[in-house]
Amino acid sequence: MSPGFDAVVVGAGIVGAACADELAHRGMRVAIVDRDVVGSGATAAGMGHIVVMDDSEAQFVLTRYSQQLWQALRPSLPRDVEYEQCGTIWVGADEEEMAEVRRKQKYYVARGLPAEVIDAKALKQLEPNLRDGMTGGLLIPEDGVLYPPCAARFLVERAQQRGAKLILGTSATQIGEGRVALSDGTELRAEVLVNAAGSWSGELTPGIEVKKRKGHLLITDRYPGFLRHQLVELGYLKSAHLVSGDSVAFNVQPRQTGQVLIGSSRQYGAEQKNVEHNILARMLQRAQEYMPGLGALSTVRTWTGFRAATPDKLPLIGPACHDKSVFLATGHEGLGITTSLATAKILVNQIMGVPSEISIAPYLPSRAPKEKVHA
Amino acid sequence: MSREEERHFDVLVIGGGPAGIAAAVRAAECGVQVGIVDDNATLGGQIWRGSLENGPAPDALHWLRSLQKLGVTELSGMRIFDQPDTGIVRAEGFEGSCELRYRYLMVATGARERFLPFPGWTLPNVMGAGGLQAMVKAGLPIRGRRVVVAGTGPLLLAVAAYLHEHGAEIPIVCEQASWGSLARFSAALLAHPGKIGQGIKLKRQLGRVPFVPGSWPVAAHGRERLESVEILRHGRREMIPCDYLACGFHLVPNIEFPSLLGCKIQGGYVQVDEFQRTTVDGVFCAGEPTGIGGLELSLIEGQIAGLTAAGAVASARKLFGSRNKAVSFSRMMDRTFQLRTELRTLPSAETIVCRCEDVAYSRLQGHTSWRAAKLHTRCGMGPCQGRICGPATQFLFQWQPDSVRPPTFPVRVESLASVTEHRGASALQQ
Amino acid sequence: MPDQVTLTVNGTSVSVPAGATVAVAVAIARQACRKSVTGEPRGPLCGMGICFECRVAINGRAHSRSCQILCEPGMEVSIDE
Repeated sequence: MSPGFDAVVVGAGIVGAACADELAHRGMRVAIVDRDVVGSGATAAGMGHIVVMDDSEAQFVLTRYSQQLWQALRPSLPRDVEYEQCGTIWVGADEEEMAEVRRKQKYYVARGLPAEVIDAKALKQLEPNLRDGMTGGLLIPEDGVLYPPCAARFLVERAQQRGAKLILGTSATQIGEGRVALSDGTELRAEVLVNAAGSWSGELTPGIEVKKRKGHLLITDRYPGFLRHQLVELGYLKSAHLVSGDSVAFNVQPRQTGQVLIGSSRQYGAEQKNVEHNILARMLQRAQEYMPGLGALSTVRTWTGFRAATPDKLPLIGPACHDKSVFLATGHEGLGITTSLATAKILVNQIMGVPSEISIAPYLPSRAPKEKVHA
Repeated sequence: MSREEERHFDVLVIGGGPAGIAAAVRAAECGVQVGIVDDNATLGGQIWRGSLENGPAPDALHWLRSLQKLGVTELSGMRIFDQPDTGIVRAEGFEGSCELRYRYLMVATGARERFLPFPGWTLPNVMGAGGLQAMVKAGLPIRGRRVVVAGTGPLLLAVAAYLHEHGAEIPIVCEQASWGSLARFSAALLAHPGKIGQGIKLKRQLGRVPFVPGSWPVAAHGRERLESVEILRHGRREMIPCDYLACGFHLVPNIEFPSLLGCKIQGGYVQVDEFQRTTVDGVFCAGEPTGIGGLELSLIEGQIAGLTAAGAVASARKLFGSRNKAVSFSRMMDRTFQLRTELRTLPSAETIVCRCEDVAYSRLQGHTSWRAAKLHTRCGMGPCQGRICGPATQFLFQWQPDSVRPPTFPVRVESLASVTEHRGASALQQ
Repeated sequence: MPDQVTLTVNGTSVSVPAGATVAVAVAIARQACRKSVTGEPRGPLCGMGICFECRVAINGRAHSRSCQILCEPGMEVSIDE
């Protein structure tokens, strides 16, 4: 028999951890379950960026709100979370991209997000290792990076300090009707069950459209000063936007250690964890096109991870359609770290029946499905 | 930018130590195209490492001459780091990277020393036993310097004898194995008269250098570099001023690349059949990665692998008898030099365990697996890719290592950017 | 007598026999190869290119494993920080 819980969170990745922390903060008795260790799924694999994106109005609102929550949390974060407000520069390679830079800037500034258009000369000064011939870019000074597994651990520990119970090394085999069945044969009961199982959430809640989207990464040895800001090509959105096929985009990030983290790639239908040489090579070639000096840096390791992707690129945050006790907090694709805090806030608000600072409608699992575009 | 090159071989040998050289020579004698790759500037691996003073190791000379006479392609200063597809590996050198195609692959990647952490072990001039010997061979002046030799394994005596011969002052050789284990080992050596001869020779070379079983280092002291070593001997601590500490705890097989290839690993070693074939088609393994066995066994296994790959199966079979003998010696070594449990208590809370990332012992306690510790403390996330801290944490915490991903060794980003898959292509079709 | 090779280690001129490795040159100059993440001085451990403690910057190229690199005349070696 299990002790009394008000909520069980399945998944101790960044999203589950944030939800557990918020639930405990609001006085609920929480159990967190994960079959591995804290922050071991996409949380361990991802780039750890906190970045505002404008693929849609709803995406902008969620990422901006969450970015502000991270900024407020920053003073409490321990050193090993390595939070760095390095800013993002969206780099432009031609006039068409500069037009997009200017459009983005207007869009962001109108919504209160500081954003500055920088010309080619200023870009070269800010990031001397970018190749010559870039036309300029958009600087978002409030974006940042952090080290996700330690951030997830920090949030879980905060929840534990308020009495939350952490159960590791056991999988949830079934959730629903106020019960979570565990692989060790036991069962947890609570009125509220949160499915924060990331790319595996579809296994626990049938019918939700969450698919694995594989990504590759590479991290170099320490080269302090090689890179100062997170850099993203404007084509990144085109890559993230594609709904089938493999794509790569230039996206590099400075870690606090001085290591350079190189991404990004996206694949549908690739479910094996192995590092695939073709797509890794393409990703690195793309990165070298923007920063030729990357080629000479020493690689320490490569790895892959699976993002949880939904058909309309927005996460599922709210009650599941089929079961009153199940709430979803999943489908964050490449924005899990960024939007974890906002996800927790608006999810727990819904659980407690109170309004949120932002509109919750675009993220509701019950939202009208757009045309099914998944392969 | 990397220079793109492609070479084709019937037999490609990874590792230029005794096993690799033996495999290459026997295969080449059968008339097949052979290449041998090694990351050092000259061939020989560790035990056959040449010295600045005397050139190649005497044992190795006739093998190396054969290699040259037979026209084996020597690719020195290159590291194999990936296998993009069956029949192809990629290698990186100082200037560029290239693709090497093969029909048969010989993995002869040897072994490395096992290091165990204790307070002060990160001080400059604390080195491996083989590590210090390698430095001396590369020109490090050692005459008149005081060197404490410690740890475990037959390497200690060999290194002590070498250093002594070159004028080092050796106050003590500390072997953690007990008198009892060593006595049993010596008795069992009766079955290996050649080894007894070697042992006597070493003892003579060492003269009056004290060899103390049942003793081990508990701390290294010094400010900018090593100044003294504290050892535990018969329950008492002794402080020994010295210039160097040559300390290694036997050997760990280099199984990272065969793991990447998908070869089955059993009990920490690459599983092979009687012809040194791994579980992966076309891939052989010889020498230390199949079991720490020393020079003789490496030479025999290398020859069996090389002969088999070249089709000389009958000749390979003829070596099975001598291999069995050598294997029993290697098993004896394993038992004799097992690590005692006291060595788990050596690190203090602040002792650094992961040297690349400076992760202290206290931060690692409480984690249930290598992976959890890696994620939350960065232990193992440095350039050594866990080669130093992995065996140490395996001994301290019984953690099992992670799966291996390319690159199996740090290489330049441009070397990985040049890797592409070749669907269906194999050396056979070339 | 072997030829001597002269190079600089952290600005100091060092002379070593031809064929010696850069790690040996650094040791002869009584310098540490690198500073660890928390600032400790470090030198070669394994002697075979695996531990990465012998890393130095050679002619501007960082993270060069000095125990496997032979000295060349005029090389500029500096501590890897």
